[in-house]
Amino acid sequence: MSPYEAILLTIITASTPLLLAAIGELVVERSGVLNLGIEGMMVMGAVCGFAAAHVTGSAWLGVIAATFAGIATSLLFGLLTQTLMTNQVATGLAITLLGLGLSGLIGSGFVGLPGVKLANVSIPWLSDLPYVGRLIFGQDPLVYVSIALTAAVAYTLNHTRMGLIIRAVGQNHASAHALGYRVVAVRYACIAFGGATSGLAGAYLSLVYTPQWIENMTAGRGWIALALVVFSTWLPGRLAAGAYLFGGVWILGLYAQGMGVGIPSQLLSSLPYVATILALVIISTNRRLSLINTPASLGQGFVPDR
Amino acid sequence: MLNKSNNNAPMTLLQVTNISKKFGDFYANDNLNLSIETGKVHALLGENGAGKSTLVKMMYGALQPTSGSIFWQGQETLIASPAHARELGIGMVFQHFSLFEALTVAENISLALPVQLRQGDLSQRIADLSLDYGLPLNPAALVADLSVGERQRIEIVRCLLQQPKLLIMDEPTAVLTPQEAQALFSTLRRLVEEGCAVLYISHRLEEVKQICHDATILRHGKLVAEVDPKVETAATLAQLMVGSSVHQVSRNTNGEIGEVLLSLSHLYQSSSAPFGVDLVDVNLQVKSGEILAIAGVAGNGQGELFSVISGEERNPQQHFISLLGQVSDGLNINQRRLLGAAFVPEERMGHGAVEHLSLTDNILLSRHACNDTESPLDRGWFGIDRRQLAQLNKAISINYDVRKSREDDVAGSLSGGNLQKFVVGRELNRKPKVLVINQPTWGVDAGAAALIRQAVIDLSRQGSAILIISQDLDEIFELADTIAVISRGQLSPSYAASELSREKIGLMMAGSHEQTAQAAGA
Repeated sequence: MSPYEAILLTIITASTPLLLAAIGELVVERSGVLNLGIEGMMVMGAVCGFAAAHVTGSAWLGVIAATFAGIATSLLFGLLTQTLMTNQVATGLAITLLGLGLSGLIGSGFVGLPGVKLANVSIPWLSDLPYVGRLIFGQDPLVYVSIALTAAVAYTLNHTRMGLIIRAVGQNHASAHALGYRVVAVRYACIAFGGATSGLAGAYLSLVYTPQWIENMTAGRGWIALALVVFSTWLPGRLAAGAYLFGGVWILGLYAQGMGVGIPSQLLSSLPYVATILALVIISTNRRLSLINTPASLGQGFVPDR
Repeated sequence: MLNKSNNNAPMTLLQVTNISKKFGDFYANDNLNLSIETGKVHALLGENGAGKSTLVKMMYGALQPTSGSIFWQGQETLIASPAHARELGIGMVFQHFSLFEALTVAENISLALPVQLRQGDLSQRIADLSLDYGLPLNPAALVADLSVGERQRIEIVRCLLQQPKLLIMDEPTAVLTPQEAQALFSTLRRLVEEGCAVLYISHRLEEVKQICHDATILRHGKLVAEVDPKVETAATLAQLMVGSSVHQVSRNTNGEIGEVLLSLSHLYQSSSAPFGVDLVDVNLQVKSGEILAIAGVAGNGQGELFSVISGEERNPQQHFISLLGQVSDGLNINQRRLLGAAFVPEERMGHGAVEHLSLTDNILLSRHACNDTESPLDRGWFGIDRRQLAQLNKAISINYDVRKSREDDVAGSLSGGNLQKFVVGRELNRKPKVLVINQPTWGVDAGAAALIRQAVIDLSRQGSAILIISQDLDEIFELADTIAVISRGQLSPSYAASELSREKIGLMMAGSHEQTAQAAGA
């Protein structure tokens, strides 16, 4: 395997959890909900996925457990913000803190134990093609899941009635309610979807990226995913491009460090965050374009006036 | 499109009997009776807060009555939800459109249609139907890019696609130019000929006389009269609505016109808001003793113009604006107030006043940096002069008839009309040399409007220069000495009020004075 191939492979592995977490959050935000608890949902997914895979010995059962852990955490967020009308920003932060703490507790017995790695896809002949075989046909299954989910979300939002309703609810919840759509139910469903993909992103970390449980192993990826959604101006295609760009910057930083480039390692590892800030600045200068896609009722709770 | 009924004799379509709606201890509707017949335009008249919207919401299923019943085509019916109302054949065009700005026309309409009507080529049907009724619409256009008149067409077309038997329109012409209003009337006439019934809510009495066959008048939640609008005059209708004859604003025309106190020359300003309007080459002059009114349909740059004049948007490098002879582009709002200018923005709540603060605190907010009180309100280390603030509050309440339950209530507890009197009174109380008001009487009942207008005229006759931005032509003709019209950020030259007719203003509202009018396809 050539070094370039190796770099590309690691970039894809680094980008996939970002894409998984961000594509769910994109749907959540399109429906008008700001869930800052991605980090918490991811880390819950990571610990539950690892635990289930370790106990059962099946990586796939781990993936399923992680998904449900993400959904459960997100539904707690939903219950608080949609039914009990708490502030979304504060609740999201609380979910992140809760997730980090609770996952540490659950995972305390699993630290240092051997994990189960989700096997890569192997298609006879195709996966052995030179240069592109491993890259295109030999990834782990969740890479394909993340790409399929992105395509499905893009199609759903733009070409189906369900997507139209989600966008309408996020644009103007009062009007959507007046037309008879169930704003809160739509938002619950979107929040649960966001929880599921965040859980998957967590599973990716503890079952593929580094198949073991380390406390706080999400290491801020949830926040990058959140920034990516804004970076993409809520468009799935741009989101995928952004996820691979950030993954790329991250990995190239690591390689530069490894090759002894004379830059302090702290500076390199801060590159993704710097890129995020730059992207936010650039986007906010082009107001009209980004505001057409920005969900107008983002972060506002909805109480029907009856 | 609609089924023509073979027998053209009007029959009762919807009947409301003894209906009441109670909010807490307050009766918004008190024992109302009303019947709407096919083939007729039925007017529902009343002042703000008379209970028109409440009644209509019950007919559309958005509210449930406390008591009483609704009969639909002779059958007692419980209209459970707006969706149910639409199924029955009731369509409604709201005053504040329930549209999604970032979605296209077709998407907006599709969201509001039941499943069976969404099938097939919806865009084509929208284009056909809108042309057929003289309401042309591009189904692929983004709502954010459309004018208010076009947005209203979306709502109407979306109702028409459902072939309604009853169409409810809530103040549909409030946002239209006179010509657009006439086009709407011919659409309504055609609908009525086809056997549809229309319930028409308005407080513009002339147009009610023009198109309505019956009129029901509400006051304080009670039904006060059922009249034939064709035989009434606007004055008798107004009297029924208000309950007493409305104070006529008197305009003493021999005021002294003096020097120019406010002038804008060749002002350009690009909007900072996402869907805002850019101001292009705006010129105006207001002299001492003069009232200049700017007419125009909402959303044509009025808000942008106001914020440039008030100092909410500043251009320190420019020399567009002169207040009392001084270049003011770089001055902030307090510096402009110190020069002797006062500003009343359009939204009274949240912009003109802070909801949760007391009235005295609200006075302090706009007056603390002015030097026209007896002594400074802000005494630095000695704190705020509460005693003087309380006096000011009392004076404003008395002079401008602000009604409230406690002397120093929070702004949020005042009704819209009373809050407007307070916000205007707070500025008028200063006797400013230059006064700029955006929508002085928007959503204010006739009594309060007359009081505000009279106060504005009195101030101008004492030598102040006054600029009014308004959508209400009646108000403009009542107040203005000179009139200019704004459309798409371009301001027409000013004309003496006596030189202009409503039709001429209507043409200018539609952009006849714009330099770019032809290029923009207007």
